[in-house]
Amino acid sequence: MAGPVLEMRSIVKTFPGVKALSDVTLTVRQGEVHAICGENGAGKSTLMKVLSGVHPHGSYEGDILFEGEECRFRDIRASEHRGIVIIHQELALVPFLSIAENIFLGNEHASRGLINWNETLRHGTELLRRVGLSDHPETRVADIGVGKQQLVEIAKALSKKVKLLILDEPTAALNDEDSGKLLDLILELKKQGITCIIISHKLNEIRRVADSVTILRDGRSIETLDVKAPETTEERIISGMVGRDLDHRFPERTPYEGKPEAAPAMEIRGWTVFHPIDQQRKVVDDVSINVRRGEIVGIAGLMGAGRTELAMSVFGRSYGRYAGGTVLKDGQEIRTKSVAEAVGHGIAYVTEDRKHYGLNLIDTINRNISLAALNKVAKRGVVDEQEERQVAERFRKSMNIKAPTVFERVGKLSGGNQQKVVLSKWIFAGPEVLILDEPTRGIDVGAKYEIYTVIDQLAAEGKAVVFISSELPELLGMCDRIYTMAAGRLTGEVPRAEATQEVLMRQMTKDKEVTR
Amino acid sequence: MSTDVTDKSPAAAPPGKGGSGTDGGLLQLILGGLRRNMRQYGMLIALGLIVILFEVWTGGDLLLPRNVSNLVLQNSYILILAIGMMLVIIAGHIDLSVGSLTAFVGAFAAVLMVNHHVAWPVALVLCLLMGAVAGSVQGLLIAYAGIPSFIVTLAGMLLFRGLTEILLQGQTLGPFPNGLQKIGNGFLPAVGPNTNYHNITLLLGFVMIAAVVWQEVRDRRRQQEFSLDVAPAKLFLLKLVAIVAAILWLTLLLASYDGAPIILIILGVLVAGYGYVMRNTVFGRHIYAIGGNLPAAQLSGVKDKRVTFQVFLNMGVLAALAGLVVTSRLNAASPKAGDGFELEAIASSFIGGASMSGGVGTVLGAIIGGLVLGVLNNGMNLLSVGTDWQQVIKGLALLTAVGFDVWNKRKSGS
Repeated sequence: MAGPVLEMRSIVKTFPGVKALSDVTLTVRQGEVHAICGENGAGKSTLMKVLSGVHPHGSYEGDILFEGEECRFRDIRASEHRGIVIIHQELALVPFLSIAENIFLGNEHASRGLINWNETLRHGTELLRRVGLSDHPETRVADIGVGKQQLVEIAKALSKKVKLLILDEPTAALNDEDSGKLLDLILELKKQGITCIIISHKLNEIRRVADSVTILRDGRSIETLDVKAPETTEERIISGMVGRDLDHRFPERTPYEGKPEAAPAMEIRGWTVFHPIDQQRKVVDDVSINVRRGEIVGIAGLMGAGRTELAMSVFGRSYGRYAGGTVLKDGQEIRTKSVAEAVGHGIAYVTEDRKHYGLNLIDTINRNISLAALNKVAKRGVVDEQEERQVAERFRKSMNIKAPTVFERVGKLSGGNQQKVVLSKWIFAGPEVLILDEPTRGIDVGAKYEIYTVIDQLAAEGKAVVFISSELPELLGMCDRIYTMAAGRLTGEVPRAEATQEVLMRQMTKDKEVTR
Repeated sequence: MSTDVTDKSPAAAPPGKGGSGTDGGLLQLILGGLRRNMRQYGMLIALGLIVILFEVWTGGDLLLPRNVSNLVLQNSYILILAIGMMLVIIAGHIDLSVGSLTAFVGAFAAVLMVNHHVAWPVALVLCLLMGAVAGSVQGLLIAYAGIPSFIVTLAGMLLFRGLTEILLQGQTLGPFPNGLQKIGNGFLPAVGPNTNYHNITLLLGFVMIAAVVWQEVRDRRRQQEFSLDVAPAKLFLLKLVAIVAAILWLTLLLASYDGAPIILIILGVLVAGYGYVMRNTVFGRHIYAIGGNLPAAQLSGVKDKRVTFQVFLNMGVLAALAGLVVTSRLNAASPKAGDGFELEAIASSFIGGASMSGGVGTVLGAIIGGLVLGVLNNGMNLLSVGTDWQQVIKGLALLTAVGFDVWNKRKSGS
C-alpha cells in the first residue's frame, strides 16, 4: 500500500461556546477512498472545512500535511490550488448558466478577459466524458437533475486538477440509480489515481466504495478501520459511532394520570411526500406513526431520513408535494391542509430551524410568543397589549428566559433562550399534540435540561409529544417509544425497554441496497 | 440593562421611583431612554433640527402661522400616501403605482363631477371605490398570482398614467364643486365669540390633549394593575408634558390664523387610526410578522396571502384619497398630476425608519419622514433655492437618514 497523502494531526477547532473538534487525527493514503462517518454533529463537516480552508489557518490548532508538506490555507482558493477540492452537500452551481460555464466558473479559459468559447466547449466536453455525462456542455444546469448536477460538480473539480476530492454526503439527495452511478464514478476516479474522502452514514455505501473508514464521535477521532478486513462489520462501525455513555442527565418523569383513551391523540397513516423540486423523489414514503396522550414518542434518523419533511408536511403541507396519507385526531380524520387548520385541530410544530422558520428575530419576545395565538390576547381583532405583556412575563419566568424585559429583541438572545421563546409560543397556542423538531439543537447543556423538564411537564399534563432528534441518548432518555426512519421510510419502532443506541443506529442506517 | 442608570448609585437602592432627585438624574433618565429608542427618536430630533435651522435661515418665516398652515396643505397628499406605503414596505413589498393611481383617480373624479355633474359626495365615494378596485387587482396579482410587487406596480404605474391621459384626453379638467374644493383647501368653520383665536380649533386641541393624557394615564394604570414594570414616574411626566406642549403649540399656532385645515383633521384621524391598527390589531401584527420573517409567519398560521392582498387594497384606497385631495387643492385634474409622488412616499417611509427587507417601521415614522421632506421643500422654497438644488438636497437627506440607520444598527451589533 502507498504512503499517506494527507495527514491531519491533533486538529482542535472551537466555536464560541462549543468545541467542535478536539484532537482529531486523520491519515489518508495515496489513491484510496477514505470514508468518514459519525453521528450528526460529530464534527465531520467541520473537519473538512478546516482541511479545505473554509476555516482558515490560524482559526484552528494542529497541523495539516499534504503530500508531505505542511499546509496553511488562507482560504478555499489556496487549498484548491494544491489540488484539494471539496464538494458540499448543497451544490454550488449557478442554475441559469450552462454546464460548461459552471465548470470553469472562476477558472475560465480566457485571455485578456475574453472567454475562449471553443476551448471552453472542447475541454468541457472532455471533462463531461470523464465523469460519464453525455449532455451537451451548453445545457443549462437548471435543466438537468440533481444526480447529473453532482457529476458536473465533479467535472468542475477535475478541471482544477484535483488530487484529493472531498465529497460531503454526496448521495444524500440522490435516488438509488444516481447514487449507484456516482459510486461507480468514485471507483473509476480512484483507478485514475485520485484520492477521495467521502462523508457518509450509509454503511452499505461505505462498504462498497471505501478502503478505510475513520469514525468521529463528539468531535474526536475514535478509530480508523480497514473496510476490507473481515472483522470490520457494520456492527463494528455502529458501535464506534455511538459508543458513548449516557452522560446527559434527564429529569424525573411524572407519569400522566389520565385514563387511556380508545384512539391515539394523533395518528398519521400512509403519509407520502415528494421533493418540492425533484418531483421524482419520494422524501417521505408511506409512513404511519401514532402518539397517545401523555406519551413522548421519538423519531430517530440521520440527515435526509425525512423526519422534518414528514412533520412539516403534516403541519399544513408546509413542505414538498403531498402524495397521500391521512391524519387522525382521537380517531377522527382531520384536514391539515393549511397551518391554520392544523393549529385549529390542536397540533403544534416547533421547528428545528428557529432562526428561519421559528422566530421573527427583529421583533420582541412578547410579540413572538403571541404570534401563533394572537386571538387569545385580542378582542374583536384588537390586541390587548397589557394582557399580551403579562402572558409574555409569565413565560419569561416559568421558562426562565434570560432577558431583562419581554421587549428585548429575540435576535439578541442566546440559542437556548431563543428556543425557549419558540416553545413558549407554541405552548401558549395550547396544543394537544406537539411535534418538537430537534428542540435542543445548538444549545448548551444547562438549557437542554430545562427544555427536557418542560417537555416532561407537557406530557404529564396529557399532551401528546412527538420528539424528533438526532441525538440518540436524548431520545433514549426522554421517550416512551422510538420510531426510526431512513431514506424517507419507517424502518422500525422500538419500545423504551428494548431501545439501545446500537439497535437504533442499525435501523437508522438501513437503506435499500445500492447494488442490486 | 434598563435599570443600570440607577444601579450606579448605591444610595438609590429602592428601585422604580428614581430615588436620585437631582436634575442630573432626570437628564440621565432621558438620555437612557433616548439611547434605547435611538431609531425612534433619532428622526424626530433630526426633524426638530431641520425646523430650527430653517426657522433661523428664513428669519422666522418658516413657523409663521400662515406658513405652517401652508406646509400642512402642501404635503398632505404625500403624507396620506406615506401612511399606506409604510404598510406596504413593512409587509416586505413596494408600490410604484401610487403616483399614477393618484392622477388616475383625480381624472376619474373630474370626469364624474365636471363632465357628468355627479354630486360631489357620490363622486367621492365612487373614487374611493375605484381606488379599492385598482388596489385589489394589484393585490390579487401580488399575493395570489405571486408576481413580484415591484413588477406589478411598475406595470400599474405605466397603466394608470396611460389611463389618466386617455380619460382626460390630454386636457386639464376643472373647476370642481365647492364641496370638493374644501377638502384640500378649506378650514374648519369659524363660530362662537371673537377670542382672537379660531374657536373650534382651540376646542379640538383641548379635546385632543385630554384624550392623549387620559389614554397615557389609563395605560400606565393598567400596567401597574398587572404588576408590570412601568417607566419611572418622572420620565412619564416629562413625556406627558412634552406631548401636551407640542399639541398646544400647534393648536395655538393654527388657531391664530384661519384655524385648522380640514385636511389636517383627516390626516390626524388617519395617523391615529392607522397607528392604532399597526400597534394594536391582529391585522397590524400580521403585517409585521410577514415582513419580518415570512416562513415563520406562515408556520404560525398567519394567512400571509390575505394580509398582503389587504395591504395593497388599502394602498389603493389611500392613493384614491390622495388623488381627491390633490385634485381638490389644484381645483383641476391634470394628466401630469401625482408625478413622482410614489418616490416621495417611498422616501418618506425610509427616512421614517422603514427597512428594505420589511418588518420594521411605524406610521408615525412615515409621517416624520414625510415632514422632513416637506419642511426641506418648504424651507428651500422660502429661501428661493431652485428645484435643481432641492432635488440634490433631498437625495442627500434620504442617504443620510438611511445611512445613519444602517450605521446605528451595525453599532448595536445585529
